[in-house]
Amino acid sequence: MAVTTLRLNGAMISAREGQTILEAAREAGTRIPTLCHLDGVSPVGACRLCLVEVNGRLMPSCVTKAAEEMDVRTDTEQLREYRKMIVELLFAERNHVCSVCVADGHCELQNLAEELGVDHIRFDYLAPECGVDLSHDRYGQDDNRCILCTRCVRVCDEVEGAHTWDVAGRGARSRVITDLDRPWGESSTCTSCGKCVMACPTGALFHRGASVAENVHDRAMLRFLITAREEKRWTV
Amino acid sequence: MDRLRLATVWLGGCSGCHMSFLDTDEFLLEQADVAEVVYSPLVDAKEYPEGVDVVLVEGAVCNVEHLAMIQRVRERTRLVVAFGDCAVTGNVTALRNPLGGALPVLERAYLRASDPPGAIPEASDTVPELLDRVVPVHAIVPVDAFLPGCPPSGPTIRAALERMIAGEPVDLPGHRIHFGGYGQPPSPDGAEAMPSRAFRGGRPRGD
Amino acid sequence: MDLNDLIALADRERADRAPVELGVCLAASCQYSGAEQICRSLSETVVAGGLAGRVRVRKVGCLRLCSEGPLVRAEGEGTPPVLYRKVTAEQAPAIARAAGGAPADGVATADLNAPFFSMQRSIVLENTGRVEPERIESAIAAGAYRSLSLALHEMSPEAVVDEITRSGLRGRGGAGYPTGLKWATVAKMPPGQKYVVCNADEGDPGAFMDRSVLESDPHRVIEGMAIAAFAVGADQGFIYVRGEYPLAIERLDTAIRQARRLGLIGSDIFESPFDFRVDLRIGAGAFVCGEETALLQSIEGRRGQPRPRPPYPAESGLWGCPTLINNVETFANVPAIIREGADWFAGIGTQGSKGTKVFALAGKVRNTGLVEVPMGMTLRAIVESIGGGPPEGSTIKAVQTGGPSGGCIPSDLFDTPVEYEALKALGSIMGSGGMIVMDQHDDMVALARYFMGFCMDESCGKCVPCRSGTVQLYRMLDRIERGVAAPEELERLEALCDMVKHASLCGLGQAAPNPVLSTLRFFRHEYEAKLIGKNGEGTHSPIAR
Repeated sequence: MAVTTLRLNGAMISAREGQTILEAAREAGTRIPTLCHLDGVSPVGACRLCLVEVNGRLMPSCVTKAAEEMDVRTDTEQLREYRKMIVELLFAERNHVCSVCVADGHCELQNLAEELGVDHIRFDYLAPECGVDLSHDRYGQDDNRCILCTRCVRVCDEVEGAHTWDVAGRGARSRVITDLDRPWGESSTCTSCGKCVMACPTGALFHRGASVAENVHDRAMLRFLITAREEKRWTV
Repeated sequence: MDRLRLATVWLGGCSGCHMSFLDTDEFLLEQADVAEVVYSPLVDAKEYPEGVDVVLVEGAVCNVEHLAMIQRVRERTRLVVAFGDCAVTGNVTALRNPLGGALPVLERAYLRASDPPGAIPEASDTVPELLDRVVPVHAIVPVDAFLPGCPPSGPTIRAALERMIAGEPVDLPGHRIHFGGYGQPPSPDGAEAMPSRAFRGGRPRGD
Repeated sequence: MDLNDLIALADRERADRAPVELGVCLAASCQYSGAEQICRSLSETVVAGGLAGRVRVRKVGCLRLCSEGPLVRAEGEGTPPVLYRKVTAEQAPAIARAAGGAPADGVATADLNAPFFSMQRSIVLENTGRVEPERIESAIAAGAYRSLSLALHEMSPEAVVDEITRSGLRGRGGAGYPTGLKWATVAKMPPGQKYVVCNADEGDPGAFMDRSVLESDPHRVIEGMAIAAFAVGADQGFIYVRGEYPLAIERLDTAIRQARRLGLIGSDIFESPFDFRVDLRIGAGAFVCGEETALLQSIEGRRGQPRPRPPYPAESGLWGCPTLINNVETFANVPAIIREGADWFAGIGTQGSKGTKVFALAGKVRNTGLVEVPMGMTLRAIVESIGGGPPEGSTIKAVQTGGPSGGCIPSDLFDTPVEYEALKALGSIMGSGGMIVMDQHDDMVALARYFMGFCMDESCGKCVPCRSGTVQLYRMLDRIERGVAAPEELERLEALCDMVKHASLCGLGQAAPNPVLSTLRFFRHEYEAKLIGKNGEGTHSPIAR
């Protein structure tokens, strides 16, 4: 297998052919913040948190293949400031009220804010009016907490194969919808598998009737399912 | 050496941050030699004094009284600390913002959510007029340090106070500075690393 | 059909010319101001007055001086052509009767020797206003599809790519990527299914170049696409037109059907082994679909959202196949380059910017409309000579090029030549060709706020910097404009502009801060004059609304 060598924050590292910068960096033990990225589903490069500097240019590390001669910097002052701003923009955009959120304590947005040193939001809170869909008997959807990472859309389409979720509207008015914007509970395509809830980084998708402490996004289960499928463990 | 002139202010919040402040227990008593609380809901001072060194401001700015108060506090204080999520983000106090303004909020509370329907109280000297939007402290006046958390934990408050009393910048490595619940510290490696929990309701039906 | 049939058809059409031809502009602008009625009235007069053998009324495309429409051009043997302006239906009989003689009394005319016309140089628009866009015979008589025949019979695909490369043609959609290089990349991809796509999703406010070309001379674009398809090895083309251009859609549809009927597109074109089909795809109004990856998603029937590049469409475009995507004006240059040769084209323009550029001149100048000028002409020549300078009581302050992705150039820099690098150096861009002239009454903060509002509404919502950053930038600009922003708002504005510019996923977000940054660069005082509390009083933002 072809191997490329590249420079990561000054040190030489190697990457297998086809690996992204993000994957290579992880293997080398370097953390790059991500939010829309989810192992096992296709990357979209949308949240821009994983931007890294490649030979002086900013590139999303989740979709950029590692290549020879690359000089990658993952933690410049510019990147740190941009990442902070992106997280602040997300907090300002919808109604993320950590203290009363079902995901308080296991939310990737909340954790990123802490990791990146976001201790207040420098932008206007937009405070949009957002709906909560409780029509499904097991799960709930709260647009107030949605960051439009589209993990639910991708995991439903690519892993479950149902494509119940999609995005409607554009710009700041975008929202994830089920079927053709019918209530989730009336969806004829939803298999109630719960993968979208496992994939959700925030409190936008949650288990109904579960306490905050119980409302953990079960990423380990999701990883197990995806790995099993990729390796065809269930094929007879 | 003069004692540090410390104040705490309670704007639109639940007073939970003040409870957490009291949670620093004997630390407060130990500081009596170096700091004096010159204004606080916990002490008997009517007027916010001049020449305050440090103020912890709890709560968001929701009404005209808060607006006047925070401006007075800023003028008379060297270091303003936004204390807790309401002061830092608006938090629960700002949950009313999506309703759009003061009037829709009053209508919702006094007319629609009230059974039997009541009446919106007249503006008076005793009940300050609501602002159309609840905003965090830094939207009105410059803030020198932020202590998020709902509420910030006792140890974090204590560490911050120690820094301020020592005249050092409020920079707290080793403390979890995060939005949200006190009782739910995020796991160190994020949600990814949380152990798998058996959620009968959420288990897939075979794949 | 072979070349002889094409020539015969052209000859027949030319032989059919009447001694006097009246061309009525039926492009959108004149059509909306009543040109259809004028056309009917002219035809009635011709029939009723027994002039049918002498005068023919033709429905042509854009006659360029849009501000003076409806426009009618009269061309008779032995007399200089006359351009009637601001024509009304009542004046039509007079125009028809005067045909061939002195201009009709009492009808305003435009001076065809005025700088507005004489300083233009037409390549893309060479047949615009002359051919009838709804009749393929008319286009063929003007030479349409001759270059395609030439390419198919006398050139190899490599030679066509080489010709385009040597011509120095660069993408007219705005970014100016070398066209030949793009073609070569697609041509070099392994044989198999490939596509050619024409980006006709022109959406900049104030821009109507591509619309005019499509409405006036649609066959030129189809021919350019066919030549491109031959060069890169594609057999299927798509024209992606925005739904807001109903007339362009109708005429393209007609043009495609007529070309197909004559065998000029389809199978075995000009009795060569080359097959090429073209289909129309109609956009539903999203500006972001002018971004190439979003456009391709939309053609595939998906939500029109950009994706990160690489891979570029040249490697992986429509349905994962190599796809050549060029703008309308780029394709419209191709037939002329093949006909006249690369050296001829490269002889026009400047070192780095060859050929001509079509601009939609609008705003505070006397003459507004469609202009095509050689690259390298100064902004001053365009604004003051072609545009005729400011109207009474107006002092020109700046021009805006590139729409919501471009910037403002102040009048003291009007000696800047129109070329890609020179405009870029001033923080603007060539853009697709919108050129809006502004005077002393135009507020630069309001302008920046307007364009930011446009980008905010048109952001697809995929990436955070653009989706959410434009909303915050809009609010900051709005506060500054309303005079309620503190000085530090300006720093926050610049910091956020910097992030949105560098961190956004596609060109829409990356360029959204340009109107702000360029007005800040040249008109910073207009921003500063609106800030409050400059002397330490009220030094913080008031309540954010």
